[in-house]
Amino acid sequence: MPVYIGKRLLVAIPTLLIISIFVFSLQKLLPGDPILAMAGEERDPATIEFLREKYHLNDPVPVQYVHWLGGIVTGDFGISLRTNQPVLELVMQKLPVTIQLAVMAMIISLMIGIPMGILAAVKKNTVLDYIANIVALSGLSVPNFWLGIMLILLVSVNLGWLPASGYESIFVDPVRSIQTMIMPAFVLATALAAQVMRHTRSAMLGVLSADYIRTARAKGLSPREVILSHSFRNALLPVVTLTALLFGELLAGAVLTEQIFTIPGFGKLTVDAVFNRDYAVVQGVVLCTAVGFILMNLLADVLYVLLNPRLRATL
Amino acid sequence: MSEAPVLSVENLTTSFLVDGAWKSVVRDMSFDVRPGETVAIVGESGSGKSVTSLSIMRLLAPGSSRIEGKILLAGKDILALSEREMRGVRGNDASMIFQEPMTSLNPIFTIGRQISEVLIRHKGLSKQEARAETVRLLEKVRIPNAASRFDDYPHQFSGGMRQRVMIAMALASRPKLLIADEPTTALDVTIQGQILDLIKVLQEEEGMSVLFITHDMGVVAEIADRTIVMYRGEQVETGPTDEVFLRGRHPYTRALLSAVPKLGSMKERKWPTRFPVVDIKTGEAAEPAEVAATVESGRTPVLAVKNLVTRFPIRSGLFSRQTGAVHAVEDISFDLFQGETLSLVGESGCGKSTTGRSIMRLIEPTSGDVSLDGYDVRALDQMGLRNLRKSVQMIFQDPFSSLNPRMTVGAAISEPFIKHKLGSPKQARDKTADLLERVGLSPAMMSRYPHEFSGGQRQRIAIARALSLDPKVIVADESVSALDVSIKAQVCNLLLDLQQSLNLAFLFISHDMAVVERVSHRVAVMYLGEIVEIGPRAAVFENPQHPYTKKLMAAVPVPDPARRGIRRGISNEELKSPVRSMDYQPPKREYREVSEGHLVQVA
Repeated sequence: MPVYIGKRLLVAIPTLLIISIFVFSLQKLLPGDPILAMAGEERDPATIEFLREKYHLNDPVPVQYVHWLGGIVTGDFGISLRTNQPVLELVMQKLPVTIQLAVMAMIISLMIGIPMGILAAVKKNTVLDYIANIVALSGLSVPNFWLGIMLILLVSVNLGWLPASGYESIFVDPVRSIQTMIMPAFVLATALAAQVMRHTRSAMLGVLSADYIRTARAKGLSPREVILSHSFRNALLPVVTLTALLFGELLAGAVLTEQIFTIPGFGKLTVDAVFNRDYAVVQGVVLCTAVGFILMNLLADVLYVLLNPRLRATL
Repeated sequence: MSEAPVLSVENLTTSFLVDGAWKSVVRDMSFDVRPGETVAIVGESGSGKSVTSLSIMRLLAPGSSRIEGKILLAGKDILALSEREMRGVRGNDASMIFQEPMTSLNPIFTIGRQISEVLIRHKGLSKQEARAETVRLLEKVRIPNAASRFDDYPHQFSGGMRQRVMIAMALASRPKLLIADEPTTALDVTIQGQILDLIKVLQEEEGMSVLFITHDMGVVAEIADRTIVMYRGEQVETGPTDEVFLRGRHPYTRALLSAVPKLGSMKERKWPTRFPVVDIKTGEAAEPAEVAATVESGRTPVLAVKNLVTRFPIRSGLFSRQTGAVHAVEDISFDLFQGETLSLVGESGCGKSTTGRSIMRLIEPTSGDVSLDGYDVRALDQMGLRNLRKSVQMIFQDPFSSLNPRMTVGAAISEPFIKHKLGSPKQARDKTADLLERVGLSPAMMSRYPHEFSGGQRQRIAIARALSLDPKVIVADESVSALDVSIKAQVCNLLLDLQQSLNLAFLFISHDMAVVERVSHRVAVMYLGEIVEIGPRAAVFENPQHPYTKKLMAAVPVPDPARRGIRRGISNEELKSPVRSMDYQPPKREYREVSEGHLVQVA
């Protein structure tokens, strides 16, 4: 197993390098000059020159890249052009928020999606299956911002059960933290649950027609044992992969949802940085997201192997 | 025979809901299985034999199937039981083993757990007790080192061993009836022999009854006390096995039996012989004609293979270093003449298919020389390889997956002709029409799609496609293995006719000894990538020299009820694997000439 993980991590290095080149060139290709923005209204040539020198912007592009990459490797993601805070610090501030939101959204979507998927597969082509599919389709098609606003109206404004917005760290006040996060997490989870449901359903359908399920039934096992133990454990494989990938996506932040519920996560950080041409922050966020995504991918593969005795043996 | 039957089926009719209407697939079946008795249900695909067995276990989907009639199993009225009560019957009063040992076990649970489950479910044993009992069962089905294999997963077992695990699972609760649905069909012939013997021995030890479902008349003759013949959902004949075999009353029974190739039926015959064509209505068989001599030996062979070696590297570790190789084909040489059929026979993994693919360079050989119709095959570039396809074509095993479902039959057959720019679209059309007629289909079928045809017809289409470039050599890789006996006979006859009219050379790859005996001029027996015996058909079959050839022939079930008592002696020998380590040096093989052209490897 360690050999396998090591191998996969080695493979991730070139991927990260390619992403870093993309991220770096994005900044060079984008229109607009941050130095001009920083230099203020006067555009004093001396100031501009000083700033250019300070941020190594006069060097040839490959040198700039190496310089930049060197910084990243040593944990120096640069300084936010806007707030003068180190980017790493900014990112580390937002990371727990995003992770908490992602975890909660994922848990909710699995809690909805998996039972619905199993039910839809077992009751294939019955009313239950159709209802599950309609619910899933609605989850996918209802826009997040609309659902978010409606929930705020209903739950917070009319019923007054949950706070409409804000954020509290889970380490400071766990109850309040979960109260503020549960609605945005649910909004995010609707679309995810639909995907989880569809995948669970199709995986279960494949497994339910397998020969070994017929064997299990021929043994006289109860439907509960046949479905939950013999079928679901096998159907889990593709669902695990999907979950890890969806989680990787969640780590990129949820711009609209965070905006509506005013949650200080990655999504908000990204949007603010893009509008302010705060490139260092954009780069930092994109790189962090990429690393998160790659790690989740790796996790998916490792889980896949662990759940599959056949692959486990080849390690 | 005064004891009450274990299973009694009366007027069983099973229907499926198809497009809103009930369509019966099994009609009015009635039979008994008495204690300790083995009853076989035999029939071709679609005859309803599997549906009958699934009906008895009530394993068909409840919404889309309907079972009528009366089934008494161990005194219980099966069709009157609730689903909950039925679960107490399944795996307890009656248990089942299936055709596909490779997919019938759950891949993510250990085999021990899967067997224990039955004991815990039906016998109320604790986990510990179940474990001990499971090990005893594994020993009973002769799995070596049973105790240490409890925690192994299905993929760590070979097909034959998995079928033993299935049998252990089926016997766990000491059922009164074992339903075996084609339990040996997917297995190699020597392994099939072992499993049949095992079932017979266990049946005696446990005193249970067996309902054995199969399409193989040879297996029936060996195992069944009584036989039921099914045809299109109906029970056409029931009786003691030797009665059915020797004095079958229904024409279909006689038709089925005469279409079955029998090993040893070709003695005294010089040339390949057509299968008798039997009229299913009357059951009368026309005496088969021997095919006239077609072989042009003495001249240059159309295909000459010398010292062919094909190996597949096995890689592992952090940097995927090569740690060994599968020696799929190891130093084989043979010639094939125009108009001749050379058969490659052997069990799975012996390298026969790899040989066929290597000579066409569908797989890149490691070394050796292949000369085909004047081409030095191993030296050809992409263009040359394309031209080679005009001389050699292939017919595959599975006619359901070897035709593109989105291409009309006409397009599939004419594609090679058009792609090789052999003529105008009009000529391609004419050619296709001609080919369809040659393979016994109508040119009007050109615009249809593969799903509109039966398995036998599809294989005819595949044959027509292979002929569209007028090849000299055809590699037929298990081309008749997936077909029902009567269809198999027809397709074999077609191949023999085509050989006569087009003077084709066939490299006929098959595991079926009886078919091989019928259609070949010469036979090469392969084992672990090597040819262990090669020679004229009569010499190899009537005077086999190599121990493996003898073993292979002894394992083939022959449809002769006199062989019912046959025992091959319980063995659990496995097929050997041709995987070798890096430093393996293949030994230099010597061959001894038994008679003219009959060569045997000297051990």
